[in-house]
Amino acid sequence: MTTRFSLAIAVFVSTLWAMLIVGDAAPRAGWTAAQLDELRSLSLLALDPLPPDPTNRVADDPAAAELGRRLFFDARLSANGRVSCGTCHQPDRGFQDGLPLAVGVGTTTRRAMPLAGMARSPFLFWDGRKDSLWAQALGPLESAVEHGGTRTDYARVIVAHYRADYEAVFGPLPDLSVVEALWEAVTGVFVNIGKAIAAWERRLGFGASRFDRYVAAVTSGGAGSDLLSDDEVAGLRLFIGRAHCTQCHNGPLLSNGEFHNTGVAARPGLPEDLGRLAGATAVARDEFNCRSRWSDARERCAELDFMVTGDHALRRAFKVPSLRNVAERAPYMHAGQLTSLSAVIAHYDRAPAAPAGHSELHPLRLTPAERRQLEAFLRTLSGPILIDGHDATTVTP
Amino acid sequence: MTTMTMTTRAVLLVLLVTVVPALQGCSHAMMMRGTGARRPAASEFGLGPRTSAEGRVVVTLEPAQPLRPRQMQTVRVVVRDADGGTIDDARIAIDGGMPEHGHGLPTRPRMTRALCAGLYEIEGVRFNMGGWWEFRLAITSDRGVDTVTFNLAL
Repeated sequence: MTTRFSLAIAVFVSTLWAMLIVGDAAPRAGWTAAQLDELRSLSLLALDPLPPDPTNRVADDPAAAELGRRLFFDARLSANGRVSCGTCHQPDRGFQDGLPLAVGVGTTTRRAMPLAGMARSPFLFWDGRKDSLWAQALGPLESAVEHGGTRTDYARVIVAHYRADYEAVFGPLPDLSVVEALWEAVTGVFVNIGKAIAAWERRLGFGASRFDRYVAAVTSGGAGSDLLSDDEVAGLRLFIGRAHCTQCHNGPLLSNGEFHNTGVAARPGLPEDLGRLAGATAVARDEFNCRSRWSDARERCAELDFMVTGDHALRRAFKVPSLRNVAERAPYMHAGQLTSLSAVIAHYDRAPAAPAGHSELHPLRLTPAERRQLEAFLRTLSGPILIDGHDATTVTP
Repeated sequence: MTTMTMTTRAVLLVLLVTVVPALQGCSHAMMMRGTGARRPAASEFGLGPRTSAEGRVVVTLEPAQPLRPRQMQTVRVVVRDADGGTIDDARIAIDGGMPEHGHGLPTRPRMTRALCAGLYEIEGVRFNMGGWWEFRLAITSDRGVDTVTFNLAL
């Protein structure tokens, strides 16, 4: 028998004795020092300052962020004049749309991802096919089913409506009437649209959830009993323990930033989705990646340089999303396949085989009560979305 | 604090004498659901120096910064022979993973530079969660090919 299992039995026995003696089985007390360290590592207390983005020279320029905010909500940046970034990333819905598949000028094949904290992610989109927030922002603009327009259309919008603000950040607009310089010039303006939008988006972050306040209380010697219920604490114990959630959902954003195949069923009617296997190849070749001529730090691209590509484990592997505010954004998974948190937990509990590639899950064999406790815990991860310390969900164009 | 009835206490006592042996009986099945990997003793963890499998080299890790989960990191490696002399012509291949979870490294680290005095630089190292990681180096030099495995606790 392993030492760990003997220890588990010893804990179980002492718990039963404690119940017999004092008649109170409240599980909230008694985190070990190692567990308290782990809880702290999952809370916003452990969040590092926002790292710089050397690939975007205007990443932390307030004027660029203000221009980016206006561009984010401007539906003129679309083929039909009705789609902006804010169409799918709605502030009052936590910067997502609540739909299984995002809808722009057409319907996409993936679920819209939320935006808060994304500036900390080395790879963007469910398959990580972009390696910066600015390169990500350019993808939907040229997607036929999202914004549906062309970079030329968008450069013209800048010339017609944003000249002064654009030039204050990026310098003089090129002369778009010189035909031989057109493609380079247009692409340069297009890239700067992405960099301005990224400068705004990167300021979106998370405020403290009930879970964070609980961790602050228990790591400073308090009981935290007014912050989480017994069931929520029991769910937290499962989360860091037997349910193995922290294998992927770790760190203060509750994501390891990686890609995993968790056996999520394909959504009927959609083309085959290879996930990260295709995404890794795409980002290595991306016109706007860290090593591209449009990057402001071509020499520092460690994420691309040491990226895993071509590995079978990447097949149908999708990005591990942050679990912050997870209860506020059903449906779940990369194509909105699961409609509720309880369905998600049931999926992980059952661990079905993957439709392609190999699922990394193993059945958890949780009881119905444990599944409810886990869900109760996940609901404590909701908190405000902030921009520069203020509520971001009420921002308007 | 709630007050328990005698009946409740009796039920708990019965649980204590029946469930614990049952759980002990389950231990084999529970282990089978994991990878079966056993975490080494605490003395087997650390940055070295560690002697390679066939004793050809002695290797020490020198991370540029303390190793932390989810960070892209650079690790310098000191390679010496058994007598403490530096080995300057080595090539190092890197592998690793989490034996308890059955997965490898999330990146493909590479030896990017050979510095002076048996010192080499490995870039692109990332560990995507806390816990027990193996960091395995295959070292090719004029002493032959040998491997060394570091157990790291993040």
